[in-house]
Amino acid sequence: MGGRGRLHLGFLFFFLPVALWLLLLIVLPHLELLRLSFTSSRPGGFTLGNYMAFFSEPIYWLTFVRTALYSILVTFLVMAIALPVAFYITKVARVRAGGLLMALILVPFWVSELIRVYGWIILLRESGVINRLFTALGLFSQPVELLYNDVAMILGLVYTSMLFMVVPIVGVMDALDDALIEAAYDLGASKTAIWRTIIIPHCMPGMVSGGIIVFMLALGSYLTPNLMGGKNSLWFTEQIYNQIILYFNWNQGAAFGFLLLLLSSLIIWIALRITGQNLGEVVK
Amino acid sequence: MDDVSFDVEDGKFFSILGPSGCGKTTLLRMIAGFIRQDEGTILFNGEDMSAVPPNRRPVNLVFQNLALFPMMDVFENVAFGLRRRGEKDAAVTRKVHDMLGRVGLPDAGKKRIGQLSGGQKQRIAIARCLVLDPAVLLLDEPLGALDAKLREHMKVELKTLQANVGTTFVYITHDQSEAMVMSDTVAVMNRGAFEQTGSPQELYHRPRSSFVAQFVGNNNRFSVTPARDEKGLVRGRYAGRFDFLLDAAGCDLGEGDPCELFVRPEAMVIEPEGGAERFNRMAVQVRAVLFDGGNSRLLVTPEGTDDEIVVMLPQTGLYDHIRAGDRITVGWNPDLSLCFAGNGGVLCDGR
Repeated sequence: MGGRGRLHLGFLFFFLPVALWLLLLIVLPHLELLRLSFTSSRPGGFTLGNYMAFFSEPIYWLTFVRTALYSILVTFLVMAIALPVAFYITKVARVRAGGLLMALILVPFWVSELIRVYGWIILLRESGVINRLFTALGLFSQPVELLYNDVAMILGLVYTSMLFMVVPIVGVMDALDDALIEAAYDLGASKTAIWRTIIIPHCMPGMVSGGIIVFMLALGSYLTPNLMGGKNSLWFTEQIYNQIILYFNWNQGAAFGFLLLLLSSLIIWIALRITGQNLGEVVK
Repeated sequence: MDDVSFDVEDGKFFSILGPSGCGKTTLLRMIAGFIRQDEGTILFNGEDMSAVPPNRRPVNLVFQNLALFPMMDVFENVAFGLRRRGEKDAAVTRKVHDMLGRVGLPDAGKKRIGQLSGGQKQRIAIARCLVLDPAVLLLDEPLGALDAKLREHMKVELKTLQANVGTTFVYITHDQSEAMVMSDTVAVMNRGAFEQTGSPQELYHRPRSSFVAQFVGNNNRFSVTPARDEKGLVRGRYAGRFDFLLDAAGCDLGEGDPCELFVRPEAMVIEPEGGAERFNRMAVQVRAVLFDGGNSRLLVTPEGTDDEIVVMLPQTGLYDHIRAGDRITVGWNPDLSLCFAGNGGVLCDGR
């Protein structure tokens, strides 16, 4: 009994901070936001108006669709870059050089996202490094504004979330037996067939878990779209920001927040169904 | 690896036998195309394969760890190569079912790789290659991971399978018993070169080097110094006290140079009958009786030495009375012994 009691205490010791964290910082604020989202901004009781506004006002749901599509695009771009990078780290560079390459991928993430975005701004702006270089070389006749458009924004988002795709893919790819690749090659598979039939199916759990992280990061990202995107590159998080900070409409902002949570969960659920993965396995 | 040259006849079972680290796997990977040879050529049916990548060569390799694809079921594993060739679905299905039948697993198609036993995995790995009808099937110690009993069983099964399909097998192993049981021809490899190529019988009865004598079958080795006696016969002095008649035929022995005398445990006779003039004998002390049914042996030490000699026990039960510590005489017919000059064959891994 004594042993059990101690175990119980030990469990509480570790469980309590987590429970408090979840309750105070996640559950309670969300409950309050949930209540706000169903309350009218003008004094009054329960209303579905905040949610209805999202569907009736095209600017809102179009912004969401845009945000979701761009986030999906970012996820696939990151995947397309991370797969060969992870392959190089695990199968070509091998143990020692691989560690160094991982460190090189990690290092930029020691710097805050804000600083990294400013780095891009210094490179891309009209008076930036690239413009000066290209005009000096005579490639541009006059400086061109490379910032504040969708391409720059996507570039920033891909760069910001690269690490979160590379790490899980390196993890699964490391476990891939080289003999499987050789066996496929020996049985007549071309390089593309090896990627399609052996490497990608093997790496699927890592790709899906990386994909979920990157998708969520992109969808919930505020800084990068705001600083690198143009006036027309509206991101859904900016809509929430606008409602709460500009219009002091906490109720509308809360409703948008919940819609973002629900719709992104729905998209991830659909993606998991399509790829035939289950969440328990992916999180492992 | 240097200067390895060999021909494999169509439809034969060819084994490359050698200790680990002797270059067997390198040689096999060269044939498969994973490693490019520095010089020389590899020909299949007269065609030079040097510039052909592995996926275009008409050879297939059964990997040491089998390398079955865990992301596919058994059917897709076997169908893999056919699909890469772009064969029609109907043809693929027919060929795969036919091949699964031939390896004795007709109903395994739907199974996952993890559901197969060791022996079944083995057969699927071979089926996956054979379904492509390769000119040569390369096997890289595929029985290494199996337990002893299953390995014995698979030896026979592989041999039968090869005889049935008629494909040329090139098999590499460090297990001399696997090579002997299955092969038509065995090449013994040591330190990157072939020591001897021949049928298992030739290698066993007429090894051409001390390495082959030690590596193929079991052998007792005596370091002797030859000298000619008054009758003109070559005798080897062993441990300063025994004089053995050497079967010098075919061996070019310089007097006084150290040589190695090999006598197989199965050539040893316990308490040889008197009368045989040309018969070597020595007094030994029994160190241990290793009873193992049909493979029972005595471990003995020649008097005055620390060497260990293995003597095969006959099946008759005649010597069941022998116990550890007994002093007995053992002998052998010099015609059944072999002698090599010098200390030529050092095993590269000390096995």
